[in-house]
Amino acid sequence: MPTADIAGVTVDVNEEGYLTDPSQWTKPVGEAIAAELGIAPMTEGHWKLIDFLQKDYAAQGQMPTIRRVKNAGGIPIKELYELYPGGPLKKASKIAGLPKPASCV
Amino acid sequence: MSEANDKITKVSIVCSKGSLEGVYPALIMANGARMEGIEASIFFTFFGLYAILKDYNDKIKIATVGNPAMRVPDAKGMSLPTWMGSIPGMSAFATKMMNKEMEQLDIPPIPEFIEMICDAGGKIYACKATVDMFHLSEADFCPQMEKVLTVGEFYELSAGSQIIFT
Repeated sequence: MPTADIAGVTVDVNEEGYLTDPSQWTKPVGEAIAAELGIAPMTEGHWKLIDFLQKDYAAQGQMPTIRRVKNAGGIPIKELYELYPGGPLKKASKIAGLPKPASCV
Repeated sequence: MSEANDKITKVSIVCSKGSLEGVYPALIMANGARMEGIEASIFFTFFGLYAILKDYNDKIKIATVGNPAMRVPDAKGMSLPTWMGSIPGMSAFATKMMNKEMEQLDIPPIPEFIEMICDAGGKIYACKATVDMFHLSEADFCPQMEKVLTVGEFYELSAGSQIIFT
């Protein structure tokens, strides 16, 4: 399995650079991935989504849909696209150390 | 052509059908495009217009007549003969079953889906020829409908787009 050195930590990643073991995630790892995706600095609003994704993934065992982020996470869609332009859920999942969303919605 | 040029950056989706199975593919493709960072617009025309008419877009139903692939009670059940599909309530029943399945997959009802696409930066347009033919005005549409377009304006706004007809 490929590994990557992110923020001084060696983490397991897949071929697209998504962490394969969420337990290896740390906040500085998330920040470094965000910077690589062109999202810096990470503000409180950015972390709110990351936090929701991680908690929801841990509770449900699958990535939430964008609708669930809106309805269960209480984060408006407009805000999502402002915070993470150009593919909000994909980018945020990568930063959160979670799998790439596999749903069509 | 370089790899960057091969990437789809903009889609214009034409939604021409007003049945549930006609409307959802357009909405899913538009929303999916926005989630990939692709610019997206939907041009609603003919009966597809019902998907953005505020008093009607929560009543969109599956066609149970003239749909030879339709099976009941589920996708692997028995084939539904056309005459049976025309029994009153059949379309409503099939729609209810389908909506239940979709809710489980977190696919939103049409009005909510339209709002989500609009909030995601997708553009919603209506076809002028249909608006005139159906004697509609801007007040009949959901607030997300941005503009009534002529086909010429649609092509103009679609410059650089992949055009998808559903």
